[in-house]
Amino acid sequence: MRRLFRPKKTRAIAKGRLKILLISDRVNCSPQMMELLKNDISKVISKYMKIDEQQMEVQIGQTDGNGRRSERKPVLYINMPILEIGKTGIS
Amino acid sequence: MSEVIVITSGKGGVGKTTTSANIGTGLAALGKKVVLIDTDIGLRNLDVVMGLENRIVYNLVDVIEGTCRIKQALIKDKRYPGLFLMPSAQTRDKTAVTPGQMIKMISFLRDQFDFIILDCPAGIEQGFQNAIAAADHAVIVTTPEVSAIRDADRVIGLLEANEIAKMECIVNRVRPEMVRRGNMMSVDDVIDILALPLLGAVPDDENVVIATNQGEPLVGTATMAGRAYRNICARLLGEDVPLLHFDNSRHVLAKLGGVFRKGQGAKL
Repeated sequence: MRRLFRPKKTRAIAKGRLKILLISDRVNCSPQMMELLKNDISKVISKYMKIDEQQMEVQIGQTDGNGRRSERKPVLYINMPILEIGKTGIS
Repeated sequence: MSEVIVITSGKGGVGKTTTSANIGTGLAALGKKVVLIDTDIGLRNLDVVMGLENRIVYNLVDVIEGTCRIKQALIKDKRYPGLFLMPSAQTRDKTAVTPGQMIKMISFLRDQFDFIILDCPAGIEQGFQNAIAAADHAVIVTTPEVSAIRDADRVIGLLEANEIAKMECIVNRVRPEMVRRGNMMSVDDVIDILALPLLGAVPDDENVVIATNQGEPLVGTATMAGRAYRNICARLLGEDVPLLHFDNSRHVLAKLGGVFRKGQGAKL
């Protein structure tokens, strides 16, 4: 019954927000650089397949390092929906 | 061999001074020789939390500038044989001291004390740099709130850059009832995010305010916070003390709920 009136636990919201926030704090990488990186990646991939540039996401995350801070490593996540494969000049 | 511990947090108001006072007093109660140093120049507070504000003659800046000898600035706490406080200066600012001067002063104190506890100012500027310069061990105090955790993470990065190898975390002001309802991050959540060893967790306890009003640290009393601080001190001495189990269910309904949620009480 309670759950009906309280759709989302704020504890989970706080934890989720912090995880994303701290990754960008730690990596210290500017939004401008991320935008340039995103443009360059989309140019390269577009040579081989047609992608949806509007839906494309580029984000820096990190491995969990088995809970040990010193073992965490940054990871680049790229999510890019493909519209058509094989419609390129390369055969 | 003495150990120099800095109590830090980044964010202000999370309980650094209260934690410093209780850790210092608790270690002295366990028979150790302890000096508490207030490094917050211009905003001194550790003296009032300890109830020693009427006994200040000389302060940290007087020692650094050579106006007095170290011994003259140390206030002996009459409640415990091995407890001393070096107060901060109220009328000066952070630029009155440099990290090199702190290292030099603390190296003199190392011969005379088992523990040197440094109460760090909020922020990450010169006052912070002065406080961490001579530390062997950092205790990062945070609360289960996004702003405090973000600042703690930043401070941990700076401590790593300053090659302070030993770092542990205290999660302060935990409200188990809110955690149980899903409206506050748990101690485990905080540790998962910061990825640091946990030194202890302290519940949000009104007795802390009552104790501070009187200038009496509550470590070792039968209150929840008093027991949590006592356990933290024992862990600093190498004892393996389990986390306090704190069941905050006061109402009949909550208790009934507890029957169905067996074993889910928040651990402190």
